[in-house]
Amino acid sequence: MMNIPCPFCGPRNESEFSFGGPLKPDRPDPNATDDEQWVGWLTEVPNPHGPVQEKWWHVKGCGTWFTIWRDTRSHDIVEGPLDAG
Amino acid sequence: MQVNRLSHGGRINRARALSFTFNGRKYQGFEGDTLASALIANGVSLTARSFKYHRPRGIVGAGVEEPSTLVELMGNDASANRPVTTVPLKEGLIAKSVNCWPSPAVDIGAVNQLFARFIPAGFYYKTFKWPNWHVYEPSIRKATGLAGTPQEAPDQGHFEARYAHCDVLIAGAGPAGLLAALTVGRAGLRVMIADEGTEAGGSLLSRKLVIDGQPAMDWVAATVAELHDMPNVKHLQNATIWAYREHNYLMVNERAPENASLLERHWRVRAGHVITATGAIERGMVFGNNDRPGVMLASAVQTYVNRYGARPGKRAMIFTNNNSAYAVAADLAAAGIEIVAIVDSRDDVPEVARAVVPDLEVVAGSVVTQAQGLRRVRGVSVVPRSGGVSRTYSCDLLAHSGGWNPAVHLFSQSRSPLIYAEGPATFVPDTPAQSVSACGAAEGQFELSAALHSGAETAAELCEGPALTPPEGEDLAYAIEPLWRVEQATGKAFLDLQNDVSVDDVHLAIREGYANVEHVKRYTTGGMGIDQGKTGNINIIGTVALHQGIGMDEVGTTTFRAPYTPVSFGAIGGFRDESVVLPYRHTPLTKWNMDQGAFMYEAGARWRRPGYFPHPGEGLQEATNRECEAVRNGVGVYDGSPLGTFELKGRDVGKFLDYLYTNIMSSLKPGFGRYGLMLSDDGLILDDGVCLRLDEHRWIISTSTGHADAMNSHMEELLQTEFPDWNVFVTTVTSQWNNATICGPKARDVMVELGTDIDLSPEAFPFMTFRDGHVAGLPARVVRVSFTGELSFEVNVAPRHLRALWDKVLDAGSPHGILPVGSEASHVLRVEKGFLSLGHEVDGTVDPFDLGMGWVMSKKKADYLGKRSVHLRRDGPGVRRELVGVIPDPDRMIPEGAPLTPRGEKRPTEGFVTACVWSVVHKRWVGLALLENGHARHGETAQVRLKGGELIPVRVTPPVHYDPDGEKLRT
Repeated sequence: MMNIPCPFCGPRNESEFSFGGPLKPDRPDPNATDDEQWVGWLTEVPNPHGPVQEKWWHVKGCGTWFTIWRDTRSHDIVEGPLDAG
Repeated sequence: MQVNRLSHGGRINRARALSFTFNGRKYQGFEGDTLASALIANGVSLTARSFKYHRPRGIVGAGVEEPSTLVELMGNDASANRPVTTVPLKEGLIAKSVNCWPSPAVDIGAVNQLFARFIPAGFYYKTFKWPNWHVYEPSIRKATGLAGTPQEAPDQGHFEARYAHCDVLIAGAGPAGLLAALTVGRAGLRVMIADEGTEAGGSLLSRKLVIDGQPAMDWVAATVAELHDMPNVKHLQNATIWAYREHNYLMVNERAPENASLLERHWRVRAGHVITATGAIERGMVFGNNDRPGVMLASAVQTYVNRYGARPGKRAMIFTNNNSAYAVAADLAAAGIEIVAIVDSRDDVPEVARAVVPDLEVVAGSVVTQAQGLRRVRGVSVVPRSGGVSRTYSCDLLAHSGGWNPAVHLFSQSRSPLIYAEGPATFVPDTPAQSVSACGAAEGQFELSAALHSGAETAAELCEGPALTPPEGEDLAYAIEPLWRVEQATGKAFLDLQNDVSVDDVHLAIREGYANVEHVKRYTTGGMGIDQGKTGNINIIGTVALHQGIGMDEVGTTTFRAPYTPVSFGAIGGFRDESVVLPYRHTPLTKWNMDQGAFMYEAGARWRRPGYFPHPGEGLQEATNRECEAVRNGVGVYDGSPLGTFELKGRDVGKFLDYLYTNIMSSLKPGFGRYGLMLSDDGLILDDGVCLRLDEHRWIISTSTGHADAMNSHMEELLQTEFPDWNVFVTTVTSQWNNATICGPKARDVMVELGTDIDLSPEAFPFMTFRDGHVAGLPARVVRVSFTGELSFEVNVAPRHLRALWDKVLDAGSPHGILPVGSEASHVLRVEKGFLSLGHEVDGTVDPFDLGMGWVMSKKKADYLGKRSVHLRRDGPGVRRELVGVIPDPDRMIPEGAPLTPRGEKRPTEGFVTACVWSVVHKRWVGLALLENGHARHGETAQVRLKGGELIPVRVTPPVHYDPDGEKLRT
């Protein structure tokens, strides 16, 4: 049971949240990409052995969608790069 | 008669005798006993049979480490496979041994011993391959025969769950844990201390030690009293911390909490820091027949004598490789037990150890090769390690000690690594991976004084100021020379008593290529089971190391996993049974439905809905036909409240809906509605529903019942993560608007009868519009949508008005024969109309073109969710499965999901039947199917192929079986 820092509510139990998957790159303009790029964006999900930026939804709390950086090796919630969105 | 009860001593209440039954015989013990100590006091030494060979077994340990005697508790205590040492004695307790039938003394399965060489390690995996394992499994399972799970919940008491937070959680209330608690408690931190024993003290309960010149238990009592007075300290006994999860989240199972109605309480604790002061567990020696009743861990013998005043034997031999057994010998001698000799595998026995028992014979540099006797040890064979003549000693008890292992289970569960320490010859905690530290014996500090110091210092690191000066504890210095197994052993030498894993089994596993310690564990099952190898694992590691000529650290340990000790499912679940975790959702009509005798279903997202309303003597089909005919020929009414409903507000709702739906919604005028489909960006159909525009900036959208939660998530995610600058607010209003949907050719007559200020004429109030007004005097929003294909008025009111509206609708409709309609009839009506249902016709492979709904994919919009992907896929070469109607010929029911195969041959399917119903319009069975190239195959005959090869010819038709032009619903 991870302890997830909600930006509004502070640290709360993982059971209050819904997992939104790793953060993908911005959606490309579907009319300006070729098939391969489009399928790549749809299907390639970051899956590193280490820190990854993920989306979480505080569904049983304030309802906020936000991101955290989680180390997939340890579940440690870590500092992300400064440009983390 | 408690023949082996010592005349005095022990932490038992001799004034309170307790009667209990074991394997059908009645005995007495005392308050404070465990079932194990009471059996020992009663001279019962054959208490079990082993798992695989059914060898006679006795009690080996005194706590959670017990590998040998498991019992099944009966009656209200019903519980399976409990280590006998962990069962507190209580009046009327009924227990029996597992693994034997009818009793440990007369055990039919004992014949397995004759076949021992045919059931070696891994016999599961290699012997029973032909014809398949399931032929053998039932008889093997029965022969191994652990107890079954109780069939009923206890008829008294309940389980409870609690959350807790603390700055420091301390596991274990032995000397180190108590001193750590005192230190952080005095510093004002919020402290929880949990200990698995019935009382605090840990190893001090079993030993006769002195702290600050007083009996050690006096210091324990004073410390517990001080902790009790601290408001910032929560102290639990009978409470096992059994799991250490990520982010310092720990599970604590508290047995026998203070409230008598509570069976167990389960704590989930988030701790700032964890101190594991979990003590150490003694490991056994590995020699021939080291499993005979009467062969016991030295520390366990000491516990029975000192703590319970029970004597496990009269003539004892001691076998050791370390100093701790000498203190045991001294305590036994003091209790009047004859010590025949101490066999020490070390050539040089430290003087400090000898000095504890100056009058006893010490046979140094020697080992026990075999225990003699079958149902009880009668003697031991001893031989010098350097070789020489074997000598036999007669005894009825062999107390052995192979050294001590820190209880590193929790520390290791926190993902913190262990390291092998040569000095104490064991694995000890290394660098913490979470906020955790170990102290006392759990850290490898096996002497009292060192344990106290380590408790104080570990705790001091968590608070400001200097460490407490620990009290002085006197203890025998610990020294050990490891002996992982006796090489000269004769007979079966067990490493794991619970799973009957011997040295030979481990050697076999290595020979057969399973040399990694994790493989050895799985191949031999050594270290599995209820005790998880608490006494024997390290001897397995040592045996592997010796066999391969590598170091202990190279072999390493197997992974420690939760639970540390068994936990009952009831405790984990607590009150959270299905009705609490997944409660039903109700509309205001649930009670009315049930009063009518409706057959109630769970339908989509836990809604409790009526399936059909049978008259007396009617079955599902008759009732459903009656309800369908009412809707097609007269009028029916159903409760459409569970349909997911959202109100969207803001300047950008139109733009948002255009992105969400495949068709254009932003062009809708206030007062109008439009049906639409939502896709995911990979082109799959997520949901369908109707959008209504209330005014410039306010909309209502409906989703299917089962997908409402997912749609809420979908919309929130898009708005918060993709379009945070768009002005759209989503509010769930499913439970704010309830509705009665009146449908059928007479629906307008019923509306007139109800009385409304809304002009009901088709010109003033056409299909796919809505009007706000009053119906039967109630404020209402009436929507002209139709899920049945008939003229429908969906009358939406506040939930508090639904019941009143419902009664008035039934009154107003009674001259027209109105009937309430359940989900079964709704299903028939929508299949007749070819309306799609998510989960039936839409299964995650289907796109709108497949459904014949290409018109819903806007060509005008440059972009919306799923557009690119649908076209990408349709441009590809794959054959599509398309929605068609099917008419079985001859007329019969087709099971839902039945496959269609090319010409009915036994070949890969070309589609499947998504639904099949008895049509009240056509008086025959009709269905829907997804069929390859189905749109081009109308008029053809396809074949449904059932399991077994039976064929059902079906005529392929357009998917709309009734009113294909939709004239009825527009009237």
